[in-house]
Amino acid sequence: MNFEEYAAKPVLAAAGIPVPESRLVTDADGAAEAARALGPAVVKAQVPIGGRGKAGGIRLVDNPVDAADAAKDILDLEIGGWPVERLLVEQQCRLQAEYYAAILNDAASKGPLLLFSTMGGVDIEEVAVRDASLIRRTAIPIETGLTEAAAAAAIAGFDLACDSDALVALLVNLYQAYRANDAELLEINPLGVTDDGRIIALDCKFILDDSSLPRRADLAAQGVPERQSALEERGKAVGLRFIELDGSVGILANGAGLTMTTMDAVTHYGGRPANFLEIGGDAYTKAIPALEIVLDHPGVKSLLVNFCGAFARTDVMTEGVVKALQAVKPDVPVFFSIHGTGEAEAIKMVREDLGLEPCATMDEAVQLAVEAAR
Amino acid sequence: MIVRRHNRVIVQGMTGRQGRFWTERMIDCGTTVVAGVSPGKGGQEACGRPVYDSAADAQAAVGFDTSVLFVPPAGAMAASLDAIAAGTRLLVMLTEHVPVQDVMEIMAAAKAAGCRVVGPNTAGLVTPGEGFVGIMPGFNDNIFRPGDIGVVSRSGSLGTLISLNLVAAGHGQSAFIGIGGDPIIGTSFADALSAFEADPGTRAVIMVGEIGGALEEAAAEVAASMSKPVLAFIAGRSAPAGKRMGHAGAIVAGNAGSYDGKRQALEAAGVSVLDLPSDVGPVLQARLDDLPSGD
Repeated sequence: MNFEEYAAKPVLAAAGIPVPESRLVTDADGAAEAARALGPAVVKAQVPIGGRGKAGGIRLVDNPVDAADAAKDILDLEIGGWPVERLLVEQQCRLQAEYYAAILNDAASKGPLLLFSTMGGVDIEEVAVRDASLIRRTAIPIETGLTEAAAAAAIAGFDLACDSDALVALLVNLYQAYRANDAELLEINPLGVTDDGRIIALDCKFILDDSSLPRRADLAAQGVPERQSALEERGKAVGLRFIELDGSVGILANGAGLTMTTMDAVTHYGGRPANFLEIGGDAYTKAIPALEIVLDHPGVKSLLVNFCGAFARTDVMTEGVVKALQAVKPDVPVFFSIHGTGEAEAIKMVREDLGLEPCATMDEAVQLAVEAAR
Repeated sequence: MIVRRHNRVIVQGMTGRQGRFWTERMIDCGTTVVAGVSPGKGGQEACGRPVYDSAADAQAAVGFDTSVLFVPPAGAMAASLDAIAAGTRLLVMLTEHVPVQDVMEIMAAAKAAGCRVVGPNTAGLVTPGEGFVGIMPGFNDNIFRPGDIGVVSRSGSLGTLISLNLVAAGHGQSAFIGIGGDPIIGTSFADALSAFEADPGTRAVIMVGEIGGALEEAAAEVAASMSKPVLAFIAGRSAPAGKRMGHAGAIVAGNAGSYDGKRQALEAAGVSVLDLPSDVGPVLQARLDDLPSGD
């Protein structure tokens, strides 16, 4: 789950990391009032996506009149498909240097990873492409956490404009915040060094590990829910993972890997999938809402049911789908491919209860569904 | 990570509905299940096996070297650390949605104890003719038959489909290794390829990957120096960027984790990448025919 800057920075502040004084506003009057209180300020669009500066979503202002003008302009923007609805008005800082610091979950070391660079304030991926040695990577043993000694080693050799002990303390605090909030990524870019040598977090990107949502419910209330279509919302409401696509072959399959592969096979044979919908595990008990959601997609011209039973039993899943088909009575042709655990009973059900003949292979079912959707 | 009949297995969470269902099937299939572990239910019996409060109790009473976890996400870390402290050599974590920082703590403890972790979010391990550990249909001989092809898969459902096609083409498996669909997992494709390269019962390997992460790219480096043929199928060629496709690990961000990147890395390492799961029979046959004869 992503957090916008205004919701991410309190995570840093709570760990003792300095952030500029700021106000969250929703209109030009609010921006002017904030600038009056704060003095020279930065007006920043609040959207859960990078590239705000390039899109015109960040403006420096010297007075309340400029702040109001900037606010009006930015509130008219749409950045990466997100309409700007909120602005963070933040006190300006005079900087002599901009650094980069982040802690993230690292698959390669199977633990936390600290990234530090003195090349902050720009897209860090561009820095990495230019010269990977500009970014210091430090794997952190989770059993000890980030010690002061390890943090000191992580910044050793850099020509720093700030006190190195203060930077070490900040990195240790950043690690504490990462651990205390089940972060997948906690990033400060830029990490500013002011003219008088203080260190301050000028932006923050925080991604909460989705698997930790049940134990971070209060925190998650501050995050940005995933953007979803109306059909996707309906799926989520009944606990189904449904992703709407713009094709014409509706897909019901079990398991994430098999569902993706079914989409790939539809594409391979010249068709276009209308959705991703995983109905493994207990999802077969939701066959009726699942089928309704797939069929309510206006583009669907055929339905492909592809089951390959392992943990999920095809007879149980098929029973759910057969009942759902009898209840929903779709006016598009339906093609079945059923293999694996429980297949004999499942195939019998489709024959006897629906009068349909399941295809011998997945490829055949996919080809027929693609043909029917033309 | 290849499970054998001599492995002594405990089932953590055996007394739950899924735990019982799959324990019965594991036992029917020949797996040596020696005990269950469910805190607070010590002294009971389930599936004809004694149940203990902790893995430590089970170790003292019956001895084991392998544990499989049928435990919900919130209890996964405590159960895992219990099994590791009790000396398990192999920990199979079926649980999905375990908080990632918990997973990291489990990995660190396992590494310190010299324990191998498979998963989390894996469907388990199957060795046809010997047994299985997890939630794969090890008992279905349309899907699993003794043979000499190693199969390693992130996904259970797709691993099943590939195995079905493999058996339909007249082959069987030396072992099936489900590595799991999470972003951070204990056993990687590279680890599994190395195990199959070392296994005398394996003649060729099929790797079943998907978009997201860099495990397939890392495996390509191992495959490049293997003596045995490697085939791969990668799911998610048609998936839109930026969407998580069911598995937490299956997301393409920027250029990282893309289908094309994985396919190029694997093909450059001499891996045969399949367009469709149904291509597995003919492509495997062609690679086996190219092998020098053993005489």
